[in-house]
Amino acid sequence: MANLKDLKTRIDSVKSTRKITKAMQMVAAAKLRRAQESAEAARPYALQMGVVLGNLAKGAANSPTAPRLLAGSGKDDVHLLIVATSERGLCGGFNSSIVKLARLKIDELVAAGKTVKLITVGKKGREQLKREFGDLMIKHVDMTDVKNVGYVNAQEIATDVLARFDASEFDVATVFFSRFRTVMDQTPTALQLIPAVFEDAGDDATSPNYDYEPDEDAILADLLPRSVTTQIFTALLENGASEQGARMSAMDNATRNAGDMIDALTIQFNRTRQAAITNELIEIISGAEAL
Amino acid sequence: MADTMTFDLVSPERKLASVEATSVNIPGMEGDMTAMPNHAAFLTTLRPGVVKVNNGNDVTEYVVTGGFAEVSAEGTTILAEEALLKSEATKEKLQALLERAEAELERAAAHENAEAARRVAGHKELLLRHSL
Repeated sequence: MANLKDLKTRIDSVKSTRKITKAMQMVAAAKLRRAQESAEAARPYALQMGVVLGNLAKGAANSPTAPRLLAGSGKDDVHLLIVATSERGLCGGFNSSIVKLARLKIDELVAAGKTVKLITVGKKGREQLKREFGDLMIKHVDMTDVKNVGYVNAQEIATDVLARFDASEFDVATVFFSRFRTVMDQTPTALQLIPAVFEDAGDDATSPNYDYEPDEDAILADLLPRSVTTQIFTALLENGASEQGARMSAMDNATRNAGDMIDALTIQFNRTRQAAITNELIEIISGAEAL
Repeated sequence: MADTMTFDLVSPERKLASVEATSVNIPGMEGDMTAMPNHAAFLTTLRPGVVKVNNGNDVTEYVVTGGFAEVSAEGTTILAEEALLKSEATKEKLQALLERAEAELERAAAHENAEAARRVAGHKELLLRHSL
């Protein structure tokens, strides 16, 4: 039977673990609020961009002069997957679920005989993918030093991706990230960047016939790279919010588990203590009787 | 007839303004233009410059570093890559923007991205002129 001192030490250690997870939960909650705010602040821009591009793309998609970013390179052989994960762990299944989705896609592409290239954003995803797909990785973006994800960070990634596309290093680019729905619910998502896909804006009567300056094609050529940047930016922001949300609920769970464990250990501690007292009493009484 | 229209200025990171305006002066890629209520719908890319928003009483000025503007009869929406109030645009800030444009140019050149290089070069020149 565990002795009292051991139990006491364990209770204390679980208590301090609970303190840490509780603190992390609170930090995550504060960061989540900020991350959510910036994700929401970015939404009007992305939305507007989507609408305008959707309108433009509808007209240009079938024209022979459509930019390559929209029409694609005409092939489907080399796939670039950008896997965005977090820099830090202790956030439940957040990273694993993104990596899982990416892994499924990689397996599927490889099975179909395509070439896959990987760009990882965030340390955690790289660690998980390195073992299996280390030879597919062409670049890793380190975000350890980035406190708040800015447009600049997205721009950096986008510039690199676009340059690789211009150099015909790949045909299709997809970004993997976790879409933030609620604190409890983050959905790993794959979003195709190149060639650009737009949700059909439908028959919206709200879109008037625009005059373009410079002409339509020039605007489209100017906007498409921006749209790639915006989409990466959105992905990073959603990821940031999801990460904090996942961490918050993971830490909440951990705190609760630690509490349960402390209760169980305390009961065991009390029982052991009583057993020890009873034992001592028996010893004293039987000692006295023997006299 | 409507004598004001809505004006929205959004950057990727935040929404800077959403106000009623009587006229908006836009630094278009092919020259400045002024959008007023009931303007014909058009779409233009921006060069680095100053956006002037007149709400009837006073004028608010924003520095934008590029992006595009969408004008319709009801309103104007500017999607700026980066935007700040002109009163907040100090020489240092503009200098920093210019430096970043230059760094971008360098990186773009390394990738032999002529298109990007041309864009950034224009960007740089205009910023420089602006900061003087």
